[in-house]
Amino acid sequence: MKTVEEIKAAIEAAVPGAGVEFVSNPSASAQHSLRIAPQSAVAVAKFLRDDADLAFDFLSNVTGVDWPDKEIAEKVKVMRWVTKTVDGPDGQKVDQPVEETVEETRKRIESGCLEVVYHLYSVGKKHGPLVLRMRTVNRTDQVDLPSLTPVWRSAELQEREVFDLYGVVFGGHPDLRRLLMWDGFKDHPMRRDYVEPDDFEYEPTPHDEVLKRAQERENREQRTEGPRDRGLAAG
Amino acid sequence: MAVDQNLKIELGKQGIFVTTIEELYNWGRRSSVWPMQFGLACCAIEMIATTMARYDLARFGAEVFRPSPRQADLMIVSGTVTKKMAPQVVRLYNQMAEPRYVIAMGACAISGGPFKQGYNVLKGIDRYIPVDVHIPGCPPRPEALIQAFMTLQKKIDGQPLTGEGRPRHLDAEAQGEFPVPEQGEHDLEPTSNKGVWPVPITIR
Ligand code: SF4
Repeated sequence: MKTVEEIKAAIEAAVPGAGVEFVSNPSASAQHSLRIAPQSAVAVAKFLRDDADLAFDFLSNVTGVDWPDKEIAEKVKVMRWVTKTVDGPDGQKVDQPVEETVEETRKRIESGCLEVVYHLYSVGKKHGPLVLRMRTVNRTDQVDLPSLTPVWRSAELQEREVFDLYGVVFGGHPDLRRLLMWDGFKDHPMRRDYVEPDDFEYEPTPHDEVLKRAQERENREQRTEGPRDRGLAAG
Repeated sequence: MAVDQNLKIELGKQGIFVTTIEELYNWGRRSSVWPMQFGLACCAIEMIATTMARYDLARFGAEVFRPSPRQADLMIVSGTVTKKMAPQVVRLYNQMAEPRYVIAMGACAISGGPFKQGYNVLKGIDRYIPVDVHIPGCPPRPEALIQAFMTLQKKIDGQPLTGEGRPRHLDAEAQGEFPVPEQGEHDLEPTSNKGVWPVPITIR
């Protein structure tokens, strides 16, 4: 198989303005990937499938990644004027403005996104995988990405799963419904900020995380219901 | 009226068979418990193994797995009950004719098992329907299912036809329909049927 860099060059030659970005993987596996721009994704996918050398005819896996909003603390050097008392030329003390460099910590929020990862193989050429990634603009209202189901049929169920668990909306998907959870369900369980339902009312042998959850619930119930009638005795 | 066991044996030696209607009735019931043919996860494989030649559930009169809840007496909840599946399980149970019994088979069916902390697995089917026998194990061995069967048979045998503790089909007052939980925006609603499952008391 061509290297990932070569494939990137091939895509750029075939699809003008494809907006492909090389994402290197510094770990031992060195499985580098390509981040493609959503607007040209379908064209790039068609090229990868139909090109005689690449012939990626098999999409084996689609998965999602949630990148939450990050708060980044940065140390920045700033110059500012301060007034200092210095010895004047005639032996007197004088106040004089001086320029000084100080370090300040600034915080900024880097908005997160949802990422979808595709693994491609070529059955005919016996090569692969090629890893493609696509990112949404943010995690809240701009979560649309083009569906690659028209190019690889095997994406259909897996994109539905990503839609269900991460909330990525695939434009052009023939049948975008929830796959694992029911239709009326509102959350996306694989997102990092998902709050799971609190059904820890009966924990006969709790430990670790479950113990914490059960106790929280116990305390809350004690506060709201007064003396307990069902007696999850504390202590 | 109970028959004196010794007298019964004595009479039996003389070729006279004495019994009560209750005994006869329950003997018939316990010897033809037809389970419903449905499985939910890996535990179902063990349930299938139990019916095959090596373990041979037919010895207990329970080899006829019925594909329709109308013809089944026993629901073996064999496997993980997801929250998506739970309403269907309750609905199937509602469709079974009395007398009906439930065996909750395996860690998942009795408590959520390995998926207990997941967002989509019900923490025990006994939250919505009355369970007669719980079997722990992941999965329980076929012997355990047979044990559960024998426990259930003992239970059926011990049920009087009148008075306190009679089976539900002989009790006009008994509740026959169990509310099917709704699939809400975040979880099942309600999260349990308090009439069937009052939150058990834990003493720590
Ligand atoms: S208890 Fe174990 S074997 Fe049975 S359904 Fe659950 S995970 Fe599978």
